Amino acid sequence: MNWTWFHRLASPPHVYALAVRLTPWFAWPAALCIAAGLWGGLVLAPPDYQQGDGFRIIYVHAPSAWMSLMVYVTMAGAAAVGLIWRMKVAHAVAASCAPIGASFTFAALVTGALWGQPMWGTYWEWDPRLTSELVLLFLYLGYMGLRAGIEDPQRADRASAVLAVVGVVNVPIIHYSVTWWNSLHQAPSVMRLGKPAMPLAMLVPLLLMLLGFTLFFVALLLTRVRGEVLARERTASWIREVVRA
Amino acid sequence: MNHSDRNIAQPLAALVAADPDRPSSVCQRASALEAVRLALQRDLQLAFRKRGQLVQPLAFFAMVTLLFPLAISPELARLRELAPGVLWVGALLGSLLALEFLFRDDAHDGTLEQYALSGQSLTALMVAKTIAHWLLTGLPLALMAPLAAVSLGVHTGALPGILFAVAVGSVALSLIGSIGAALTLGIKRSGALLSLLTLPLSLPVLIFGARATQLAIHGASFAAPLELLGALAVLGGTLAPLAAAAAVRISLE
Repeated sequence: MNWTWFHRLASPPHVYALAVRLTPWFAWPAALCIAAGLWGGLVLAPPDYQQGDGFRIIYVHAPSAWMSLMVYVTMAGAAAVGLIWRMKVAHAVAASCAPIGASFTFAALVTGALWGQPMWGTYWEWDPRLTSELVLLFLYLGYMGLRAGIEDPQRADRASAVLAVVGVVNVPIIHYSVTWWNSLHQAPSVMRLGKPAMPLAMLVPLLLMLLGFTLFFVALLLTRVRGEVLARERTASWIREVVRA
Repeated sequence: MNHSDRNIAQPLAALVAADPDRPSSVCQRASALEAVRLALQRDLQLAFRKRGQLVQPLAFFAMVTLLFPLAISPELARLRELAPGVLWVGALLGSLLALEFLFRDDAHDGTLEQYALSGQSLTALMVAKTIAHWLLTGLPLALMAPLAAVSLGVHTGALPGILFAVAVGSVALSLIGSIGAALTLGIKRSGALLSLLTLPLSLPVLIFGARATQLAIHGASFAAPLELLGALAVLGGTLAPLAAAAAVRISLE
């Protein structure tokens, strides 16, 4: 198998050029998917027979929650690549993931709380999923705090990479222990009425939003990686050519 | 250098790989198990010369236990319901408080560097440091937990279970904490960051530990959560020293 493409990913100018070229290929489909998903979800889909129009927040909440986990796994994967192959660009990718992931986690928490107020009658319920989402936010904050705390950039890269890998081992353990904790403490809440199969008019916009959010994340990541690479390589000569062009 | 310091330096020298130019009898490399024993012995010896630091986590644990009756109510019936949470939050914070000392002095005086250069497995030496940390904080906290439980109105039948649960859980806490302590090496004022890194990873220990304690207080079988605590300790024992050793090496780069 030809590994040239992988080795070329270690070169910052190559990655920078690649990011510049690929960004519109993700940004535009993301905008289209999100616009279509919002139109389908907020206008075309029928109101839920139990929750009325309140359920529509799911079109932002579920994709945010999905992205919060996916970004963490991406971050840990990039961090592991950086640790194993000592690839500086991989560390740049991991560093770019953290603020995006933290924002998605925060969005999932806020939309979950807003949805909880009319549905559960309270903004915050110690529901296992909300609780693990909150813990995930702390994991992101710890990662960013560690990165900000170490002055030497290469040490910061490698130390935070170890933390990301440790975190990804722990995320499932935390999630299942929190689920177990809650199922023992609290009677099943209103929401566990069993999952009625979603009608197609509700499901299709949700899938569109999921796809749109994923594409949006990639476009955002590529943009942040460009900035991160520029900041890290600011003394290199190829930067001058990029800036002049 | 006074006499007592030399005593501690000797085991350290024995860890170092033999210099090929010297006759091997002068400086023989210790086996891995011997190295763990020597590092453990050194940590314990050093700790017993600074007894004041040993008492701090215990005093802190006692203080936290005291806060709850003052803040909530002196009624024993209510406190008994809250006891598992009070005990575990206290034990968690007490063990967290001691974590800052786990590597700090060794990083300052260059001992960690010598460990990394000694040719011994740094992972094995991390195991030794974690065992020392548990013996010096986890075990005393576990021994003190029954006392704190009695003051919260827990009947004596539940005390062995509480002691067991805190003893096993604190093994996992020491292991998880060693990663955080190693990662924050070299950061000034690392206390808040250390808790931000360590506490989310410690949540499963808190959940299962508090559950085991609660079941013990109610006189039910607490085997299931205790076994899960044991599983966490074993998982931590296999992975945490590896991560801590990697983190220490990064801090020395």
